[in-house]
Amino acid sequence: MTAAPTADNGTPPLEFFLSQLLTGLASASALFLVACGLTIIFGVTRIVNFAHGSFYMLGAYIAYSAITALGGGFFGFWGGVILAALAAGLIGVAMEMTILRRIYHAPELFQLLATFGVVLIVQDVALYLWGPEDLLGPRAPGLTGAVAMGSQRIPEYDIFLILFAPLVLGVLWLLFHRTRFGILVRAATQDRQMVAALGVNQKWLLTGVFFLGAALAGLGGAIQLPKGNAGLTMDLGIIAEVFVVTVVGGMGSILGAYLAALLIALIRVFAVANAGSSLLGIQLWQVELVLIFAVMAVVLVVRPWGLLGKRETLTGHHGAVEPPLLAAPAALKWFALAVLALLVALPGMAGTYSLVIATEILIFALFAASLHFLMGVGGVISFGHAAYFGLGAYGAALMVKHFAWPMEAALFAAPLGGALGALIFGWFCVRLSGVYLAMLTLAFAQIAWAVAFQWIDVTGGDNGILGIWPSSWAATTPAFYGLVLVVVIVMLLAIRRIAFSPFGYALRAGRDSPLRADAIGIDVRRMRWFAFTLAGLFAGVAGGLFAFLKGSVSPDLMGIPLSVDALVMVLLGGVQTLAGPLVGAVTFTALKTELVSLTNYWRLLLGLVIVGLVIAFPQGIAGFVRDRFMAKETRA
Amino acid sequence: MSAVLEVAGLSKSFGGVKAVSDVSFSLAAGELLALIGPNGAGKTTCFNMLMGQLRPDTGTIKLAGRDIAGLAPRRIWRLGVGRTFQITATFASMSVRENVQMALLSHHRRLLSLFADAGSQYIDDAMALLTLVGMEAQAERPCGVLAYGDLKRVELAVALANNPKLLLMDEPTAGMAPRERIALMELTARIVKERGISVLFTEHDMDVVFAHADRIFVLNRGRLLAEGTPQQVRDNALVQETYLGSGAMFADGGQ
Ligand SMILES: Nc1ncnc2c1ncn2[C@@H]1O[C@H](COP(=O)(O)OP(=O)(O)O)[C@@H](O)[C@H]1O
Ligand SMILES: [Mg+2]
Repeated sequence: MTAAPTADNGTPPLEFFLSQLLTGLASASALFLVACGLTIIFGVTRIVNFAHGSFYMLGAYIAYSAITALGGGFFGFWGGVILAALAAGLIGVAMEMTILRRIYHAPELFQLLATFGVVLIVQDVALYLWGPEDLLGPRAPGLTGAVAMGSQRIPEYDIFLILFAPLVLGVLWLLFHRTRFGILVRAATQDRQMVAALGVNQKWLLTGVFFLGAALAGLGGAIQLPKGNAGLTMDLGIIAEVFVVTVVGGMGSILGAYLAALLIALIRVFAVANAGSSLLGIQLWQVELVLIFAVMAVVLVVRPWGLLGKRETLTGHHGAVEPPLLAAPAALKWFALAVLALLVALPGMAGTYSLVIATEILIFALFAASLHFLMGVGGVISFGHAAYFGLGAYGAALMVKHFAWPMEAALFAAPLGGALGALIFGWFCVRLSGVYLAMLTLAFAQIAWAVAFQWIDVTGGDNGILGIWPSSWAATTPAFYGLVLVVVIVMLLAIRRIAFSPFGYALRAGRDSPLRADAIGIDVRRMRWFAFTLAGLFAGVAGGLFAFLKGSVSPDLMGIPLSVDALVMVLLGGVQTLAGPLVGAVTFTALKTELVSLTNYWRLLLGLVIVGLVIAFPQGIAGFVRDRFMAKETRA
Repeated sequence: MSAVLEVAGLSKSFGGVKAVSDVSFSLAAGELLALIGPNGAGKTTCFNMLMGQLRPDTGTIKLAGRDIAGLAPRRIWRLGVGRTFQITATFASMSVRENVQMALLSHHRRLLSLFADAGSQYIDDAMALLTLVGMEAQAERPCGVLAYGDLKRVELAVALANNPKLLLMDEPTAGMAPRERIALMELTARIVKERGISVLFTEHDMDVVFAHADRIFVLNRGRLLAEGTPQQVRDNALVQETYLGSGAMFADGGQ
């Protein structure tokens, strides 16, 4: 920690530090552009656009193709960059007009999901159009040289990037203060009622805002091209950092986004400049991401609304009132018993492949149920629930690999891993609410992912840990299936029991009316924190089982896509019923398995399904079913 | 007799607006004190400071001698203060009985119990409270479907669940028909007299106020305008001039 920043080649520390600083500032520019696009869109539409990283990625790809098509050169390069920004803007407009317009009044969670559907769609479209290989970015004509600074050489393009961000900031300032469009956008950001009062113009204002936001993201992707590549992982790669920048800067604040992007650049510099120093045996450069997220956590604890954001009076609930949570009627219990009997008899009837799928479905049912407990009972939306699934899996795998624990013991490490992670991350998360909380959970999941990815000595990095096999008695497919069946059923019953316990009631009380709950002695934040931990524990159990099912673990288990899978499962099944996540896990896993076997472009289809579902059932399938069928019952 | 509640120099402003300034009063055991004043006078803000939903800018709030200003609502509740809200706050996903059970579970410090069946705890106590407020027949209905007046009764039952020594009732009869108002206030007055609970309440219906309040406290633009027995307040020239004459006091409903 305390080692002075030195470089291997004996460069004076200050010069080295300055050159690192400039590199960091240059990299902050693209991040700022993307984040400020996201924050502008959020300010007016209140939609957190997951697909914003996709606009960034498309910007890079389109710029690549356009520059190539225009034959490079000064006009080719800058023409390509501008074309890319415009094209990204138009794609944003298309997304707004075809999808988002239909769901402006849907619950936040559904909006987030729809935009994630777009992420999946864009991934496969990009794969189809540009192929799986990264494309090396062309250099910017006229800016290929470097400027000497002492013994260090600063690339000219870096200097351009450093100046470009404040330039954009200035142009945006003029736009928002000197044009009618900009003044309307500002008014709409400050006062939601304003937007409604605008009447017909409102539609075009929202579309215009989407164009601007998406074009900024596309511009960000295009200008970073000379420093890097266009690749298929750019979208999710940047989105977590963009979330960090917007949340730290304050949602809706452009200047805040700029300051936060600079802050992150500085942390980078610190981490790189201290390369070689270590903290608890971990190289500092390895924990760069962790540092970034740690800073975010601190900012959010001190100023939950961000550096320059406005404190919002956060109402506890959005959308319709939750219906009563009722114990299942007798008929359903018989049905559940029948399903159970079928599950018990399954090994005698199904082949090995089907049994493996069934095992996976059971594990995901538990994973989804743990998330449902947090969301449905606790009213806490997590966008990073895979973190605890992954921590459970790694908890078990690490014990097997480093301490040669047998499966039976390792399976106890799994819930501990999940619960411990959730205990720590949850402490921060429950301080926020709504989309802020959701974004923070996602950011923490990315920390966990980054640690698993970067701490190679312990976690095996990208390759993960292999050779996590069950004990011999559980080694056959039917035997392992039996083990999973027993564990999952016990856990599901426990979750159900807790939902109807005084603790479960207290959680629901905090969800229904935080005001009343507080006024009858319930510490809502503490209840949520415990719920977070419990949900992490159950997700950890699922992760541990999953590790032994697959025989390995990898950072993917903590990735954003798996978190989203769990959300889709919960929403498919419906948030209102305890059986929902089970139905959702079966439907989703079966659907995904089918799609994956059908085509290489399963992401595209899955994305279309998600978007279609959200548009068709903006209140969720269960909400739809309830409104459709239950309405009759209450009337009768 | 020492005061149950002693408030001194209480102030709160929002931005530039002085919602409550320099308010002082005290409340004796078993006393019903009415806080009246036009909409926007600062009544709800006073309640929010007394129960901890808002932190006062200045001033002390002594509950049985202990300063509770700035404590969280849940702590103040544990010290024996119950509250009903101007805009009712109940748990919509629970039945009427479960709403009361929730308060009882909290009162008996059972909130972290993970495996007990919440619905079968303290049923008798809950039903007794519901009977007290005349809601026993609707015990199994979800709170989300109740009429507004019934919700106010549920809130009263919930507020009584921890045997409070002080009850804060912000417009307990708002949204009710006149007959219902009188009935609910009579019920409240009877319960609190039996149990020796002190009550601070706001109310727009002057008949109700003059019928049940032991003392009245008039708030105007955040300041104490007058204080006294119903008769004294009725005769107070300043009050008459400012309100009773203009009819503003009789303006119905909340904001
Ligand atoms: N949370 C708040 N933020 C800003 N102003 C508030 C807030 N709560 C109350 N006020 C203002 O304080 C004043 C008193 O309001 P309130 O206490 O609700 O009055 P009453 O309950 O007597 O009708 C009003 O001017 C109101 O607009
Ligand atoms: Mg009021």
